[in-house]
Amino acid sequence: MKTFKKGGVHPAENKIAEKAAIEVLSLPKRVFIPIGQHLGAPAVLQVKKGDKVKAGQLIAKGEAFISANIHSSVSGTVAKIEEINDTSGYRRMAVIIDVEGDEWEEGIDRSASIKKECTLSTEDIIAKVKEKGVVGLGGATFPSHVKLMVPQGKKADVLIINGIECEPYLTSDHRLMLERGEEILVGVSILMKGLRVTKAMIGIEANKPDAIEHLQKLTAGFSGIEVFGLKVKYPQGAEKQLIKALINREVPSGKLPIEVGAVVHNAGTALAVYEAVQKNKPLVERVVTVTGRSVIKPSNFLVRIGTPVSELIEAAGGLPEGTGKVISGGPMMGKALISLDVPVVKGTSGILLMTKAESKRAVVQNCIRCATCSDACPMGLEPYLIGATAAMENWEQAEKERVMDCIECGSCHYICPSGRPLLDYIRVGKIKVGQTMRSRSQK
Amino acid sequence: MNLLTVSGSPHIHSGNSVKKIMWGVVIALIPAMLVSFYFFGLGAINITLIAVVSCLLFEFLIQRFIMKTAVTITDGSAVITGILLAFTVPSSLPFYMVIIGSLIAIGVGKMTFGGLGKNPFNPALVGRVFLLISFPVDMTTWPKPLESAQQLSDVISGPTPLGLMKEGLKSGETVSTMLHDANMPDYIDQLVGNVTGSIGEVSAIAIVVGGIYLLIRKIITWHIPVSFLLSVVVFAGIFWLIDDSKYVDPLFHVITGGIMLGAFFMATDMVTSPMSKMGQILFGIGCGLLTMIIRMFGAYPEGVSFAILIMNAFVPLINSGMKPKRFGEKVQS
Repeated sequence: MKTFKKGGVHPAENKIAEKAAIEVLSLPKRVFIPIGQHLGAPAVLQVKKGDKVKAGQLIAKGEAFISANIHSSVSGTVAKIEEINDTSGYRRMAVIIDVEGDEWEEGIDRSASIKKECTLSTEDIIAKVKEKGVVGLGGATFPSHVKLMVPQGKKADVLIINGIECEPYLTSDHRLMLERGEEILVGVSILMKGLRVTKAMIGIEANKPDAIEHLQKLTAGFSGIEVFGLKVKYPQGAEKQLIKALINREVPSGKLPIEVGAVVHNAGTALAVYEAVQKNKPLVERVVTVTGRSVIKPSNFLVRIGTPVSELIEAAGGLPEGTGKVISGGPMMGKALISLDVPVVKGTSGILLMTKAESKRAVVQNCIRCATCSDACPMGLEPYLIGATAAMENWEQAEKERVMDCIECGSCHYICPSGRPLLDYIRVGKIKVGQTMRSRSQK
Repeated sequence: MNLLTVSGSPHIHSGNSVKKIMWGVVIALIPAMLVSFYFFGLGAINITLIAVVSCLLFEFLIQRFIMKTAVTITDGSAVITGILLAFTVPSSLPFYMVIIGSLIAIGVGKMTFGGLGKNPFNPALVGRVFLLISFPVDMTTWPKPLESAQQLSDVISGPTPLGLMKEGLKSGETVSTMLHDANMPDYIDQLVGNVTGSIGEVSAIAIVVGGIYLLIRKIITWHIPVSFLLSVVVFAGIFWLIDDSKYVDPLFHVITGGIMLGAFFMATDMVTSPMSKMGQILFGIGCGLLTMIIRMFGAYPEGVSFAILIMNAFVPLINSGMKPKRFGEKVQS
């Protein structure tokens, strides 16, 4: 079975919510919709306090090259527009809407019927994806339409669909592939057309045999799409590692996948593209896994964007006694939340609850130079060394050691026998070196 | 509700720990230890105990009263240093020398540099070499196996196979005469450990058993032991092929003396060996070559300790010169 070669770790998979079918979460009383939910510039507000909005209505417009439209996920009245805490830990401007009924914009097809034929041109597909605010749903939230616009002089020859879900605990993509498989494949076909490629490869880790089998059966009805089961290894869902695993090409340091002729989209994103193009539906809801060993009812919810995390936890049986940490995303790359009032955004793939005991970090000891961090690094870096240079604030050396190549997968920190917070150091290094590099390029 | 814990990712840990690694090495040393107790009796038991206890005591005293840091003697690393130091000395060594050796190993070899992880040289070997140059007679008086285990006083000593070979060749004898010398054990005895020598180095089989355990537990990788042993075989083999009356065969070299112990337990010390796999192979080759140069052309009959210590000194250079291959490197111009 294929996988990527260099580094990687295998944390306990803990996919405890994998059997829980997707449930529609009931509408909250109030939603908090940040205008910057994506990588790139925040969108520009289109509504003001007191405005009546419908579900699916544009409330903030992505005007910069890398930005994305934001739509209201509910119908109701704009109560406030103010800064709130979001899942990233930063404060961000958000539109706060009091929910009244559930009235949708004209022209949005919310029926379950599957529409396979797509007659739109490549340009129209890209325009539609942009208009409907589709961003990468794997977590990085890069605006999807930008990925479809291949830069001059470059050419894509394969579309790669990421159904890996290598983060432990998370099951939202797994459930989507099982329950919305056909729509995902239509979305893949549309993305192929948008990219002008004839070949698409779907990578799914071997711990989801039912999803592999299901999609493999369905691909019979589509041309050019192939499903691949990959050996379970973290971080296979990282773009560069997935490309390496599937087509054995290495994206050069500091470059994008298009450099090697590949474009990667998440399986959930393919569904969002389907809904945007075929059903005229903006990205206003997504599937979120609520999970953890202490969670009473591990679930996969279809949630309106902007719903407070506390509502999801309530629906999954309530906050368990002794919860120490609440994480947005998976345990390897997710962000620890500072409060349960933060809303679900486009990039929220899961909410993971950890007990107080699970939340404790290992006691930090001296580095014993065992090199397990270097062996585990999927980018072939030396985390112990970058960590040490960053701790000494030797940013020049950190740059030479290619700190910017780090994908922050956390394998080094996870595997370190001395419990050293390697990624903490490396992140500081990335921030500092990134600043230097930007100021250098401005000169 | 209570406040939430906030920290950077990752939020889970493998559960791997320094303790698990170090105690794993201690377990791997048990077969060789049992063999040594069998062949050298109470002498071996006493010296191993004294070395371990004094290493722990010195580490405790230094951390508690000089460095004033947290005491880490339960991490198992000082136990390893104690066992390895005991393994590299004769079972008849006076106890006070064992204690001095432990003080040098822990004090100079390890704590001077800041403790576990920061020492450039293998602590046990630092202690051993200090003893070898300070007490050359006691450090090269070798009790005979089995006989010394049965007799508590009046140790009967004899030369090690390597010493015997070196003396014989020096006085003009041929290799085959020396191999048939009355004092020369056959290869079976050498593999089992029924030979004169340092406490823990005698049984190649017991050491390999421990080494395989380390490989299975993934505490070491094959790179250092294999490159070390292979370079010994190649180097010895070339000379043996040129003139087998003056140079003994490679198998003799591999199973005799401290090469096995060195290759599996000393050179593989993660603190003092290179980080990258290519670096580890280079390091292993260097250890093998230096050992053979000392054995064949040096003043000492055995050279494993010196070879490893010299290669330890090269580790920073190897680390900065031999990096792992970066992802996306080959495509970059």
